[in-house]
Amino acid sequence: MSPETAEAKQNSTSKHANVPGKPEGWVPAGDLQEVISLEEMQKLPKETIFMTGSEAARESIRRANVDMAIAYPITPQSETMQQAGYLFDEGYIKDYYRAEEEIGTMSAISGASRAGVRSLTATSGPGLMRGMEALASWPGARVPIVMLNMCRVINTPLAIQPDNAEISFLLNTGMLVLHAENQQDFFDWPLVAFMVSEEVDVTLPCTVSVDGFFVTHARGNVAMCDKKYKIPPRDGWRNAVPSMDNENPPARISRDAPIQKSNFISYHMHASWQQEVFSAVQRSAKYFDKYLGGLIEVVNPGADEMIIASGAAVSQAREAVRQEEEKGNKVGLIKVKTIRPFPTAQVIAAAKHAKVILVPEFNQTGWLHKEVCTTLYGHTQAVIYNGPRVYGGMTMPTELILDWLKDIREKDKSRNHF
Amino acid sequence: MSLDTVKPAPGYLEHLPVEYQDLVKHGQYGKKKKVSDMGKFKELIEEHPMCAGCAMTLFIRLVFLALPKPEHTIFVGTAGCGRLAISQGNVPFIYGNYGDTNAVASGLKRGLELRFPEQKKDVIVMCGDGGLVDIGFQGLMHSWFRHEKFSTFMLDNEIYGNTGGQESGMTAQGLVAKMSPRGKVDEKMDMLGLAKVAKLDYIARIVPTNPARVVRTARRAILIAREFGSTYVQAYTSCNIEYSIPTPDVMQDAFDKEKKEYGFEEHFSDRAKAYIDDLEKKDKAAAKAAKK
Repeated sequence: MSPETAEAKQNSTSKHANVPGKPEGWVPAGDLQEVISLEEMQKLPKETIFMTGSEAARESIRRANVDMAIAYPITPQSETMQQAGYLFDEGYIKDYYRAEEEIGTMSAISGASRAGVRSLTATSGPGLMRGMEALASWPGARVPIVMLNMCRVINTPLAIQPDNAEISFLLNTGMLVLHAENQQDFFDWPLVAFMVSEEVDVTLPCTVSVDGFFVTHARGNVAMCDKKYKIPPRDGWRNAVPSMDNENPPARISRDAPIQKSNFISYHMHASWQQEVFSAVQRSAKYFDKYLGGLIEVVNPGADEMIIASGAAVSQAREAVRQEEEKGNKVGLIKVKTIRPFPTAQVIAAAKHAKVILVPEFNQTGWLHKEVCTTLYGHTQAVIYNGPRVYGGMTMPTELILDWLKDIREKDKSRNHF
Repeated sequence: MSLDTVKPAPGYLEHLPVEYQDLVKHGQYGKKKKVSDMGKFKELIEEHPMCAGCAMTLFIRLVFLALPKPEHTIFVGTAGCGRLAISQGNVPFIYGNYGDTNAVASGLKRGLELRFPEQKKDVIVMCGDGGLVDIGFQGLMHSWFRHEKFSTFMLDNEIYGNTGGQESGMTAQGLVAKMSPRGKVDEKMDMLGLAKVAKLDYIARIVPTNPARVVRTARRAILIAREFGSTYVQAYTSCNIEYSIPTPDVMQDAFDKEKKEYGFEEHFSDRAKAYIDDLEKKDKAAAKAAKK
């Protein structure tokens, strides 16, 4: 272990002498946890608990060795971040506060991450849009923040209902974007997000999006290891760019010339900086592959009819696949885990043989459909159907997917999805 | 980390640019510099692209001179003239998004306290009136009411200088500027009053007419913020371009402004006053002992 790493480890153990409201000699719960690698944690014996997605996220955060959490309440995110407050009180998180609003939140958490500490925030639809200026600047600033995003309607009329249109606004920011299917993913993936985003050749923010209410406020089985374990701390010395801690020789770290000048060199520098950010997104794929067991999951590979989905739509598609199986039909399913980096090669390999492809989504815009079309263009003869989609808070009945499959098989032109 | 970070490994110094050699040999690291030392040591900020006669630049230079620990200081700024000079300094500078300074500084300072519990690091927000009271108002207010432990320096040129002279919240009532074609309707925002409402530990209003006083004020603001909570220094730094002040008259304008409506003010909380009195008494005793 290098001296720097040793120092980082030592510093990660907070000194909580005389914490207001705590008895003398109080030891933060996080200091009593044992640090193990995420690979080791994934292999530990697990207990399965029936809990909401928000609770699953809380248990993930408990084991994530978070230094700093900042958030502003918004439905349906609040459930999780108020529980993060309890984790702070217990000593699992070292510092925590409720910020003024999302520009303040997203700016402050970028300040924390620039200091070299592990930083967490969370938001939902309108909050994400409000913080967009700040969070769109995170990748260029190379701050490995993890942002949980509990998706919610962003369109007028105002609604608190689930709808994941906001993910489309994250796709071209340079952020890493995961779209979790269920409560189990929402426990597993934040831990993965921290490990990957803090890899030195990545050093990028990562959002773990999940469909609000369907996952955050509904219960599902979540298998997890004992809470006495936590993943290793962030090493603030290992970044693609130095932390803003003034621990480097006083070179002019952030001087404006020539980036802000109007000349060819400045354009070139800015272009190469952007290229590097998006290259780092691609470099993250190998780590996601390791921790997530592949960037995609394939059910019934080789089927003529394939469904490609992410998030809660995967669960609905799984049920459709099961019901089709009962009828003797083999329908395939590709679960896309990482939206950024998009698993282009994997999706092509798993879908190019298909004749029919459906892309069920919980939004009006069909951002995943566009991704799939772009990815498979020139690689498949399949008809890629533009749906089915629900939005504005609607649920997606399994029957909707089954109806589409039936209409396609029967070539029922009276239906409007052709 | 220590002051040694500044010094290159033995044998390397002579191969570094002469500016860096000067920083190591004749810089202000580890030494307390006075205004009367200016010109006799390598300042943290020298070259800059500011307009000739810019009073803001003078103020920024003096604040850099006042830094108690430049090797453990980080500046946070936003769009505006000031960052053109601040970013040329030999101190890390975060040039963030519009009006995000006090939110970024809140997270940064807390993060640094977690990571370096034994090493106090000074976080300083320095930006213009528009960046703080217009687009950054919410972040500024909340950082004050949370009593975040960093200092905020407002470079108050009473206008949007960098974008070409639009009125800001700090522009005087009645002034005809871009975006106030009939004269500014509302009064100049009373930020000192708001700072008092937020019960800041140290509040000062200053015009850079007395360089030693600027250095003393800046140092007090930084040291009190390090120890207790938010501090605020509001400095009149005229925009000689937008207000058409001839370069040779910039300082006269500063004196006139100070006399008319921008007199020096300083407000301490009780704890900050006791702390500074004690600190400055010790400093004086040490200086006296050093002379003997």
